Amino acid sequence: MPDNSDLSSATTQTPEKRTRVEREFTVAERSQAQLVLRRFLQHKLAVGSLIVLILIVLLAFVGGWLWKYSVEDLTGSNSQPPSWEHPFGTDAIGHDSFAQVLRGTQISISIAVLVAVFATVIGTIWGAVAGFYRGWVDTVLMRIADLVLTLPLLAVAAVLAHNTSGSWWLIAVVIAGLYWAYVSRVARGVVLSLREKEFIEAARALGASDSRIIFRHLVPNALGSVIVNATVLVAIAILIETSLSFLGFGVTPPDTSLGLLVSQNQTAVSTRPWLFYFPGLFIILIALTINFIGDGLRDAFDPQQTKVRA
Amino acid sequence: MLAYSLRRLLISVPIFIASTFVVFLMAVLSGNPLNKFLAISPPPPPQTIEAERIRLHLDQPIFERYWNWLTGLFRGDFGPSTESTLDIGTEVINRYGVTLRLVFLAMLLALILAIVAGVVSAVKQYSGVDYTLTFVGFLFLAMPTFWFAILLKEAGINFNNAVGEQVLYTIGDSSVYVAGGAWDKVLDIAGHMILPTVSLALLSFAAWSRFQRAAMLEVLGSDYVRLARAKGLRRGQVMRKHALRTALIPLTTVTALDLGSIISGAVVTEKVFQWQGAGTFLLDAISRDDVYAIMAWLVISATVIIVLNLVADLLYGVLDPRIRYA
Repeated sequence: MPDNSDLSSATTQTPEKRTRVEREFTVAERSQAQLVLRRFLQHKLAVGSLIVLILIVLLAFVGGWLWKYSVEDLTGSNSQPPSWEHPFGTDAIGHDSFAQVLRGTQISISIAVLVAVFATVIGTIWGAVAGFYRGWVDTVLMRIADLVLTLPLLAVAAVLAHNTSGSWWLIAVVIAGLYWAYVSRVARGVVLSLREKEFIEAARALGASDSRIIFRHLVPNALGSVIVNATVLVAIAILIETSLSFLGFGVTPPDTSLGLLVSQNQTAVSTRPWLFYFPGLFIILIALTINFIGDGLRDAFDPQQTKVRA
Repeated sequence: MLAYSLRRLLISVPIFIASTFVVFLMAVLSGNPLNKFLAISPPPPPQTIEAERIRLHLDQPIFERYWNWLTGLFRGDFGPSTESTLDIGTEVINRYGVTLRLVFLAMLLALILAIVAGVVSAVKQYSGVDYTLTFVGFLFLAMPTFWFAILLKEAGINFNNAVGEQVLYTIGDSSVYVAGGAWDKVLDIAGHMILPTVSLALLSFAAWSRFQRAAMLEVLGSDYVRLARAKGLRRGQVMRKHALRTALIPLTTVTALDLGSIISGAVVTEKVFQWQGAGTFLLDAISRDDVYAIMAWLVISATVIIVLNLVADLLYGVLDPRIRYA
C-alpha cells in the first residue's frame, strides 16, 4: 500500500464525499488513517468483536471495582449454582465466582497487553535493525532469534517464571522476553520488502532526505504489519499466560488469573460446572474477539492481500 | 541432493552447540538447587550444604561448568540431580519415549486433518463447508489447550459410563498391569492415547488448516494450474499432482517450526491426563530447582526440534526441485 502523500493530488480517490471543490472534480482528501478506519468499520465481524471486547474490558476493570464482592470475600453460601445474587455461582468455601472471574480477566488482560507492548517494541527494533543494516548484523541478530524460536517456549517460560514469585508484570516480562523473536521476524520481513519498493525509490529520486524517507514512508507503511502483529500477540499471550498459570508457574494465589481459576476448578467440571466453564469461556471469548479484530485490521491496512488470498 | 543434504547437516551442528549454551544459561538462571535446604528446620550443618554444593558442581566457575556438562552429554552423562538417587539420563530418555509417541501421533493426525480441511476449504471457497471449517479453525485457535483437554477428559468419562465399560482411559499413559498378551498391551496403550492425542492434535490443526487453505488458494489461482486444465487434464489429476504437491511445501516448514509449541502443548496435556511423561518430569524438576534435570529436558527437546527441522529441510528439497539445484 504505497504512501501517496507526495502524489496525493495526482492519485485518484473515490469521489464520495463532497467537502472541497477542486475545479470540475470533487474529491475529498482522506488521510491514511481515515482510509484504514473506514475499511475497518466495513468489516462487520471485526467491529462486532471490538464491541464485545470493549464490553469485557469494561466489565473486568470497572465492573470488578463496582461489584459488591471482592476476590477475598467469603460470602457464607458455599457451592451455589449461578443465581441473581451470584451470577457465576460460588466455590466450595464461598468465594463469589463472578468476582474471581472479573479479577482473573483483569490480570490476564493486563499481562497479555504488557507482553504485546514489550515484545512488539523489542522485536520491531531487533528486526528493523537486522533488515535495515543487512550483512553480518542481520545474520547475527536473526540467528539469535531463530535460536529462541527452536525452543518449546511455554516450557522455557515455566523454567524462567518459576522464581518470579507470581508477580504479574514479571511474568509478562518473561513471556515477552521469549516471544519478541516472532515479532522480529515479521518486522525484518517488512523492512526488507519496503526498502526495495518503487515509492521509496521514487521519493529518493525526488530528492527526499533519509529522515523523510524513514518517517514519512518506512514507518507509516510498516506500522500496519506491526499493529496487526501486536494485536494477534495479545491473543497468543492470553493463552500462554493462562497455560503458565494452569501449570502453576504463572500467577499464584492469593491473586488469580483465568488460567489459575480453571486449574483450581478442573475437578469441579461435572459437579460444579459453573466454576470451570465461566473462566474458560472468558479466555476463549477474549482470544477469539482479538483474533477477529486482528483479521479486520489486516484487511484494513492491506486491502490488496484480501484481493489475492481472500 | 547429497551436497544439499550435507550442507544442511553441517549447519545444524553450530545451531546445536549454541542452543546448548542458551539452555545452560536459562537453567542456571532459573533457580538455586540449594533452595531445598532452606525449607529444612533446623538447617543442616554447613558441611552437608558444602558437600551438596560440590556434588552439584556449584563451586565451579560458570564456563567450566558449561564445558564439563557439554562434554558429559557426549558421554551420555547428564549431570547430577538434586535427588541423589535419580539417574537423569535413563529417566529423561524413558519419559521422552512416552511423550514423543504422543507428540508425533498428534502431529500426524493434525497434519492429515489440516491438509484435508485446508484443501476442501480452498476448493469450495465461500461455500457452507468453507465457512464452517473457518469458524472451527478460529474457535480452536482461541481455545486454551488445558481447558479443551479437561473437557475431552470429562467427555471420555461420560462416554465410558454410557458404554458401561472402560474404553477410553483418562488417567495415565498405560495401565500398571495388563492381563493377556502383547496385543492387549497395545490396546491398553491405544486406549490411553486417544483422548490426549486428539486434544493435542486439534490445537495445531486449527492454525495449519488456515495455512493450508491460504497456500492452496494461492496455487489454484496460479497460471500453471490454469494451463494444466487448459491442456485438458482431469480436474482431480490437476488437484493432486499439480496443485496439492506445491501447496504442501510451505506447510512442511510451518509444521517443523511448530514442533516446539506442540511439545509445550504436550506438557500441558500430560498434566491434565496425569501422564508420567517428559512433561511431568520437567514440571517436577522445576519445582525442586533441579538444574541438571531441567537442562537435560531442554537439551533433548532442542535436539528433537533441530533434527525435525533438518528432516523438514530435506523434505523441502524433495518436494521442491528449485531448492535442490540452487
